[in-house]
Amino acid sequence: MIYREAGQFKTSYAADQAIFPILQDRIALAILLAVAFVAVPLMASDYFLSTILIPFLVFAVAAIGLNILTGYCGQLSLGTGGFMACGAYAAYKLATGFPELNIVLVFLLSGGVTALVGVAFGVPSLRIKGFYLAVATLAAQFFLIWLFTKVPWFVNYSASGVISAPPRAVFGWFVTGIEATPQAKYVFCLGFVAVLALVAKNLVRGRIGRAWMAIRDMDIAAEIIGIRPLHTKLLAFAVSSFYCGVAGALWAFIYTSSVEALAFDINRSFQILFMIIIGGLGSILGSFLGAAFIVMLPIFLNSVPTAMGVPLSTSMIAHMEFMIFGGLIVFFLIVEPHGLARLWQIGKEKLRLWPFPH
Amino acid sequence: MTRATASRQIGDTLLKVDGVSLGFGGVKALTDVSFDVRKGEIRAIIGPNGAGKSSMLNCINGFYHPSHGSISYKGIVRGAMRPHEAAKNGIARTFQNIALFKGMSTLDNIMTGRLLKMKRGFFWQCLHWGPARAEEIEHREVVERVIDFLEIQAIRKTPVGRLPYGLQKRVELGRALAAEPELLLLDEPMAGMNLEEKEDMCRFILDVNEQFGTTIALIEHDMGVVMDISDRVVVLEYGRKIADGTPDAVKSDPKVIEAYLGTGHA
Ligand SMILES: Nc1ncnc2c1ncn2[C@@H]1O[C@H](COP(=O)(O)OP(=O)(O)OP(=O)(O)O)[C@@H](O)[C@H]1O
Ligand SMILES: [Mg+2]
Repeated sequence: MIYREAGQFKTSYAADQAIFPILQDRIALAILLAVAFVAVPLMASDYFLSTILIPFLVFAVAAIGLNILTGYCGQLSLGTGGFMACGAYAAYKLATGFPELNIVLVFLLSGGVTALVGVAFGVPSLRIKGFYLAVATLAAQFFLIWLFTKVPWFVNYSASGVISAPPRAVFGWFVTGIEATPQAKYVFCLGFVAVLALVAKNLVRGRIGRAWMAIRDMDIAAEIIGIRPLHTKLLAFAVSSFYCGVAGALWAFIYTSSVEALAFDINRSFQILFMIIIGGLGSILGSFLGAAFIVMLPIFLNSVPTAMGVPLSTSMIAHMEFMIFGGLIVFFLIVEPHGLARLWQIGKEKLRLWPFPH
Repeated sequence: MTRATASRQIGDTLLKVDGVSLGFGGVKALTDVSFDVRKGEIRAIIGPNGAGKSSMLNCINGFYHPSHGSISYKGIVRGAMRPHEAAKNGIARTFQNIALFKGMSTLDNIMTGRLLKMKRGFFWQCLHWGPARAEEIEHREVVERVIDFLEIQAIRKTPVGRLPYGLQKRVELGRALAAEPELLLLDEPMAGMNLEEKEDMCRFILDVNEQFGTTIALIEHDMGVVMDISDRVVVLEYGRKIADGTPDAVKSDPKVIEAYLGTGHA
């Protein structure tokens, strides 16, 4: 009886089209944002911020990126890691090449560079679909990582090939480099994520998002309505790669403080893909849920059995992680392709009717 | 029993198909087919299975390109036109096998029908504010009129994949109508429907034609329906035109009786 829209009549189409049409949802979101921006940095431990929350936020950006391409536009990609690497190296080159450039701009431009690369690798999507496109994006993955490890220009000719992110500040606060506190890094990341998530939501609920979904669901009908497949798919590749690029830059500069190609190998691509499958294909919320799930699961496996008095060995945890992922992916692909986001929605629908069964 | 409603005005030729042939490898889907569609009329295309009816519609909206012959629309002979160009020129269609966007709601499906009319660029779409929002609402109003017209208010937010077949056909018509087409191509809009659903669909087709003056070319197997709602009928068999005229004239044409009615479709 508490959660429902009773008495909340939508009197305009604008209200009906809002992201959160139900008042309780808007209140919940406001509370969530307040907690995330204010309470968490004040209260959370440094460890919690830098090993759980920051990677979660970075993963969420990458998952949104892949979800735009795969979940919304239906183009399966295994090149996420490569595009993230692209963003990371672009950010490094931009930050070291133009030390005066504001770090926010550096990240946005890195996204822009990655978008161009993504478009280039997206061109074959007009001709090939499904499995074959996945293989083509796999080629992008391997090519990009190979390029970044083989060409010394990308690492400014550093001998070791591993380079650390230069320190940069926003409004006088260091957000990258050794002087940056976990709190500053976290808030900076969160700001990025909040804005990028809102933009993604805006795109997918409007004209462009409908064009993507039309291509995904029935490309022939989409074409006959007047949607141009190539434009639409390339736009999805561009936007998706932009997000992945920014995620890569955030990863290298904020999360690990070092730029290395190994962090973005094929395993990363699969990991992000698992996130959107578990979280929910074609859902921005699902991207967050999937990212949270994948970040939390190892921690959960680490701490809960220990607390219950049956500590698991590290290798056991790693194996269990694989098994749980495998099982869940099979489950979600077969039973609920819309993932955790859909389960969440079903839960809310039930709650709306509660306590009456119908 | 043809419709000779006084309120409707049949105008000049809107679409002219001239000597069109189309082949797929060895199969000749269409051979030297010519006919025209006049502004404001309901034109039926009938024929036995595999006669080339769907292929004809596919040529008209640029999905297939005829190997011979020409198609002129609004007096302009078109070259190899892409489907999106046909859409831009006011040609909309529905499909024989429903081609809805399964993962989207009824509302979003019909909104997608208005995609070409929405102009706000990427920047505004990112913000979903100001002009983009105004545009979204403006088109939503049109879409709501389509929804009211087709009496599908109750399923507005339902993902179309969950709808029964008859309603899916109706949503697909809605998506085509949302584009406010001048020429509407319907490929077996009533196939697989029960009598009641067929009657509803007939009413919608007639209303679209009368209220909006939309020219309609439809393929239909149900001869009763064809005779009732169409102004003129083209009959195809094995990719060739074998008759063309008013429903009454076509019905009594011996070639048609032989080819079509005789095969048990009547
Ligand atoms: N894309 C295609 N590739 C190969 N052959 C095709 C193709 N489309 C149609 N054909 C062939 O062209 C012929 C005409 O097909 P079409 O679908 O136009 O018939 P139809 O009159 O619509 O039949 P139905 O009543 O069964 O819908 C058939 O022999 C069909 O096999
Ligand atoms: Mg057909």
